[in-house]
Amino acid sequence: MRPAMSVEIGSLKLRNPVMTASGTFGYGEEFSQYVDLEKIGAFVTKGLSLKPRAGNPTPRIVETPGGMLNAIGLQNVGIDAFIQKKVPFLRSVNTPAIANFFGYTPDEYAELAARLDAIPEVAALEVNISCPNVKQGGIVFGTDPGCAASVVAACRAATQKTLIVKLSPNVTDIVEMAQACEGAGADALSVINTLTGMAIDLERRRPVLANVTGGLSGPAIKPVALRMVWQVARAVKLPVIGIGGIMSATDALEFILAGATAVQVGTASFVNPGAAQEIAEGMEQWLAERGIADIRSLIGALEG
Amino acid sequence: MQFKAMILDNAEVSPGYWRMRMTAPPEMLAARPGQFVMVRVNPSIDPLIRRPFGVFDVGTLQPAYTGAAPQPYLEILYRVVGKGTGMLSTLHDNDILDILGPLGTGFEKGPAGEEKLIVGGGVGLAPLYLLAKELVKDSPVRLFAGGRTRDDVLCITEFERLGVECYTATEDGSLGECGLVTKVLEQRLDATANKGQIFACGPHGMLKAVAGIGAQRNVPTQVSLEGYMACGMGACLGCVCQGAEHSAENPDYRCVCTEGPVFEAAELKWEGN
Repeated sequence: MRPAMSVEIGSLKLRNPVMTASGTFGYGEEFSQYVDLEKIGAFVTKGLSLKPRAGNPTPRIVETPGGMLNAIGLQNVGIDAFIQKKVPFLRSVNTPAIANFFGYTPDEYAELAARLDAIPEVAALEVNISCPNVKQGGIVFGTDPGCAASVVAACRAATQKTLIVKLSPNVTDIVEMAQACEGAGADALSVINTLTGMAIDLERRRPVLANVTGGLSGPAIKPVALRMVWQVARAVKLPVIGIGGIMSATDALEFILAGATAVQVGTASFVNPGAAQEIAEGMEQWLAERGIADIRSLIGALEG
Repeated sequence: MQFKAMILDNAEVSPGYWRMRMTAPPEMLAARPGQFVMVRVNPSIDPLIRRPFGVFDVGTLQPAYTGAAPQPYLEILYRVVGKGTGMLSTLHDNDILDILGPLGTGFEKGPAGEEKLIVGGGVGLAPLYLLAKELVKDSPVRLFAGGRTRDDVLCITEFERLGVECYTATEDGSLGECGLVTKVLEQRLDATANKGQIFACGPHGMLKAVAGIGAQRNVPTQVSLEGYMACGMGACLGCVCQGAEHSAENPDYRCVCTEGPVFEAAELKWEGN
């Protein structure tokens, strides 16, 4: 018998727990040639702002051992172009699309939440309070529990849809942040965004990235992400979406054991565009081989 | 398209420069000059990200013995610059690579019969061979190949075999004219009263000079850019370059992987870069 793979994040029902992470999957269409979108749980679109954003100067990415640093700077088409040019594609696929967004003030966050709330093709919202690459790109809100709560509360008041908050690992106490978001009305938490890092060109004696620092992602950050998911999942009642260096079904299942209800696959999609689908299929196979009937029985089932 | 390719040949053609031939699916034969492939150097996580390489050549091997199926192949030309290309150079016949491609927008051929001027610097010749192969079908083609030394001037014999007239220049004078290849290009344009079209790929300084020559003489110029990219399909936005109207107030970034790697030179910002 095939194991039951569906999970729920707020009111959002997913056919399986594997999503793609914001900023690594475009607006969905870019990857449709390589992934059967109907084989993954959901996909999260590139972070949206009210106005289009150009992003940072180049170089914007650099590879580091087991990972990569990026300082894209939230380049995106803006909410108007998203509605005109990207939403029609979302209509054509039978997979929930989650819109990631960010603002510069709580009011902007609320306005975006309201506008996204009105788009039937958007299944849920993911609030980005954690981009490390722009000074006012949300990180301000993501490192202070009071600020985070005010942003989440403003978004909560503006949408009926499932509201996911994506947390930054670049804080002293991620549990405190998670609890603040829970208290302000979040339906779920994405844990974690990238870790702030840096690469240096020794010969030129300069930082490699034009922005000097960037967000570290990929397998290199998995242990940190696992730890944070485990900490947050024990401290809140909300479903947690585990993110950070997931490259394989095994990685994903470890996050589920640590307490994640679902996972997001990010950098792996760059390396292998079909990664999310392969991970979902691999998880199902792993359960089937062990006679585990329901993926939900593994959530937080870490022993010891 | 994503496919597994078996290496058929991987040889150093000049110190530091390698040419690799590998098997490819028949669809790869439709690759346009200027398109590229993303190569996963090995299945581990180090190096993690794929490396982009221009398509040097595609073709079909006809087996010598009866009954064997023709084998389409793909070739890349690469320079060993870091860990990824270093590992690539250690691979042997029958090793398997994971490839994405063909990706990106290729060169526009331009009107038949008109002289085509191809300018390449070092490993920048990589996407220009397939272009030359295509252009010689209906136009006279001249190649201007440059480098610091003779070691940087690659595969000239192959271009000559296509019927391309080749000019070379090296900064140390070890091959061809002593100096920059752009000077040789200008001499040709002087001789033909600025007729023809320019196609270029190479280091940024060379492309900038070629773009300047094209603009000054009103010669249509296409350039193929390099970009440090993670995905190759427009999702990561890591590889962008500045469009002609780019400014801090009105940013205009173009995605090298999907809008390029080939651009009209006039589309891009060259000053200050």
